Amino acid sequence: MEMQEKAQILDAEGIRRALTRIAHEILERSKGTRQLVLIGIRRRGVPLAQRIAGIIREIEGTSVPLGILDITLYRDDLSKLAYNPVIRKTDVPFSLNDKKVILVDDVIFTGRTVRAALDALMDLGRPQLVQLAVLVDRGHRELPIRPDFVGKNVPTSHREVVAVQMLEIDGKDQVVIKEPSE
Amino acid sequence: MNQFGHKDLLGLQELRPDEINLILDTAEPMKEVLGREIKKVPTLRGRVIVTLFYEASTRTRTSFELAAKYMGADTVSISVATSSVQKGESLGDTARTIEVMGADAIIIRHSATGAPHLLAKLLDARVINAGDGSHEHPTQALLDLFTIREKKGGIAGLKVAILGDVAHSRVARSNIWGLTKLGAEVRLVGPPTLIPPEIEQLGVSVFHDWRQGLKEVDVINVLRIQLERQQRGLFPSIREYTRLFGLDEDKLQVARPDVLVLHPGPVNRGVEISPGVQDGSHSAINEQVTNGVAVRMALLYLLLSGGEQSAISA
Repeated sequence: MEMQEKAQILDAEGIRRALTRIAHEILERSKGTRQLVLIGIRRRGVPLAQRIAGIIREIEGTSVPLGILDITLYRDDLSKLAYNPVIRKTDVPFSLNDKKVILVDDVIFTGRTVRAALDALMDLGRPQLVQLAVLVDRGHRELPIRPDFVGKNVPTSHREVVAVQMLEIDGKDQVVIKEPSE
Repeated sequence: MNQFGHKDLLGLQELRPDEINLILDTAEPMKEVLGREIKKVPTLRGRVIVTLFYEASTRTRTSFELAAKYMGADTVSISVATSSVQKGESLGDTARTIEVMGADAIIIRHSATGAPHLLAKLLDARVINAGDGSHEHPTQALLDLFTIREKKGGIAGLKVAILGDVAHSRVARSNIWGLTKLGAEVRLVGPPTLIPPEIEQLGVSVFHDWRQGLKEVDVINVLRIQLERQQRGLFPSIREYTRLFGLDEDKLQVARPDVLVLHPGPVNRGVEISPGVQDGSHSAINEQVTNGVAVRMALLYLLLSGGEQSAISA
């Protein structure tokens, strides 16, 4: 399906400010960095998590452990796809037991990706608690899952697509809404 | 049809290089799952995988079963010695019976070349060749390729020697296909009685002198010498075989200093390979076994996780 760009929701500055606010909110809620870990959901949750970790380091002077989660093996729609999605490596080189895990993803939509991420986390250990940080919440939840930290709420229609572009992957920072071209 | 593009895995001869690389790429994240405390992912939950082995096996069968279990599937292992095959039931009937009980995949090892191909045509279930006669043992070659790639960073341009009884080895054949397709230079090293004539046609070179054959190689894959062959006069004595072709520290000297040593197992200790080399720093024999589980997990994922028809846009 051909998609065309309808509007830009966030530019590079907007993304930076949103992540700075999210980082402050995370620190405020957990009262510091003790037991705090960040886990980025592949793909674009990863650079977002890295940036949040960087901002936390600037504010508090401490490094928060950072992990990478690939949820492909936990998806609930594998049998509906005609292809096998590419699986990438999960890399969580530390224990999750008793940690405050902040899951980071670019967009929350139906909530199924987060459900899969929760299952993956539970197989890796027993966190003290799990909270969710997303850059964009576009509505249309199909499961009772909600983010704790949100960059921007963007109401969308079902046929639209919210595309987050990151410097590390797409060459630039911006969030755009796309819709199918007629 | 899944991204892998095939319903079955019958051999490496019919695969394209990019298809082989897809399997190897997929095996990497699977290896990470093996390192976890909870070695299970829910990906193939509800799928049923049956191993049907007409020949003895420790490694391959256990490896497939564990791979299936780690992927969340259910497994059944049929031991032919205690099955109705003893009452004369045919291969096709046996397989069809298993399929109608709900099996999604059948892993078969058989002494007759082409047995997996027969089943693949007969069944809707996925068929994986765990070794057919002297023809192919594709998953062994895939794990060998994975091990080489992991240790050496790649396959293209490497000099790989396959040492031993090539004539009776399905492992050798699958390795020859896989290595040549991925751009390695393959040398077969062994006595003339154990290397098939005209095998150079597959794009390999043949050596009967280990000094030439193992010179400067990056990888040596040692094949098990099947001791019963000695009964048929294919070599004068086991001791002479070991002296002329058994891999020991002396012979390793002519290879590259960082040479990698592989063996598909089981090993005849002290015969085709000395204990020193088998347990030494060049050997990746134990890692091969671990990698075998990861490669088989990848294969099961690629064959079984895809849907039947159209995609929904994700």
